[in-house]
Amino acid sequence: MKKNIDPFWWGLFGAGGAISAISIPVLLFLNGLAIPLGWLEPPAYEDFFTLVKHPLTRLFLFALISLSLLHWAHRFRFTLYDGLQVKHLNELIAILCYGTAIAVTFVAGYILWRF
Amino acid sequence: MPEKISLEVLRYRPEEEAEPVYQSYEVPFRKDWVILDAINYIKDNIDGTLSYRWSCRMGVCGSCGMMVNGTPVLTCATFLEKYLPGPIRVEPLDNFPVVRDLVIEMTDFMEKLKRVQPWIVREEEKPLSEGEYLQTPVELEDYKQFSMCINCMLCYSACPVYGLEPTFIGPAAIAIAQRYNLDNRDQGNQQRLEILSEDDGIFECTLVGECSAVCPKDVDPAGAIQRFKVAATANWWKSLLMPWGNK
Amino acid sequence: MSLNPNYTKYHPKWYRKRIPIFWWMQKWAYTKFILRELTSLAVAFYAVVLLLQIRALAQGPEAYANFLNWLKTPVSIVLHGVALLFVLFHSITWFNLSPKALVFRLGKKRIPDALIAGSNYAAWVVFSAAIVWMILTI
Repeated sequence: MKKNIDPFWWGLFGAGGAISAISIPVLLFLNGLAIPLGWLEPPAYEDFFTLVKHPLTRLFLFALISLSLLHWAHRFRFTLYDGLQVKHLNELIAILCYGTAIAVTFVAGYILWRF
Repeated sequence: MPEKISLEVLRYRPEEEAEPVYQSYEVPFRKDWVILDAINYIKDNIDGTLSYRWSCRMGVCGSCGMMVNGTPVLTCATFLEKYLPGPIRVEPLDNFPVVRDLVIEMTDFMEKLKRVQPWIVREEEKPLSEGEYLQTPVELEDYKQFSMCINCMLCYSACPVYGLEPTFIGPAAIAIAQRYNLDNRDQGNQQRLEILSEDDGIFECTLVGECSAVCPKDVDPAGAIQRFKVAATANWWKSLLMPWGNK
Repeated sequence: MSLNPNYTKYHPKWYRKRIPIFWWMQKWAYTKFILRELTSLAVAFYAVVLLLQIRALAQGPEAYANFLNWLKTPVSIVLHGVALLFVLFHSITWFNLSPKALVFRLGKKRIPDALIAGSNYAAWVVFSAAIVWMILTI
């Protein structure tokens, strides 16, 4: 039997689905709505900086960002595939989706490493 | 309560027409009639040329599946009353080629079913003298839900992935594979997992979930597929991280 | 379809229905499925926003202030509002489907589905509360 790569992507998809389902709603609500709309006082720059500087925070942020993108890549690939019946573009779509996710993962790794 | 209800039945007579047409029939409305009773009434009293499959009329044989108002159902287990005041649209199961009227071609499913080895696989049969393979009620409970499948193919009809990708091995075949995998007398776990991990196997599924929604026996093929994906993924990562663990 | 010639030769004129491109508009269950799948866009959107915020934070107070100002623009508010709805839909559908994939056993008994989904929700609540607490006390 030829060794299939699907379980690899599906595993990352699942991990990303779980971590994003648990952590994104609250982060998005606080950072993207509550603070900009003035419902909540934004934390001071230095405090926030110190928080993100902590290695554990950076590790978590890296996992969250990279796995969320890999989750997107796998799911969106199939959405295009099923939703628009673009079977003939399958390979191109797969390369674009997974490629984007991997590229941004490297960028995230770089930014968080140098932080 | 109305006296009559009308059925719009899809007719396809390949020797007469290239495209199917709908034909309307008025049948008596009775509270205790299912769709299949109405179709039998048409066949017996109105139009003997209508073709369809049926047998047990009690939800066991799995042969009377049809699309009723766009949803795959067993026509022997679906009451006319549910669709008042009508008309009720009756069509052959989606996602299969139509042979004639309400009769679909099911060879594809039969071949896929065979591919998952739906029987108890033993590395070595124990001799008859040692007696039967015993099983406790708890062990039976593990796979019982999946063994309720009657091969009616409603799940294939509800599955858009199968419609789009007819090579997909499909919900029922995978649920039945799971039925044998979870049986403690069976030893074919690994070979089924390999068959199902191929290109047209479990990873085609995007968990639409309609297979489980339409299943008349609550088999939950969607659950069976997800559990297979988890098993295949665990296997994959295990062989990546611990290559020495392989046999 | 079947490659078995014995079977096919007597039925040369099968009728095959074509699946329309927008098949997922024909049934609410299918539409819900596509909406669920599209939540991945909101997830990716927020992952990128978060990365941009971290980058601004790394670049210094001025860049960070600029970023916070961008967050206040109507475009950003609307984007985040829509994304929040999708992300919530993602969380709920994800937790509700988790028992399909995860089957655990305690001794001989299978842990009920509701408990598996429930523990996901519990983790969600605990994590969210922890983050709110962090932001409020920082």
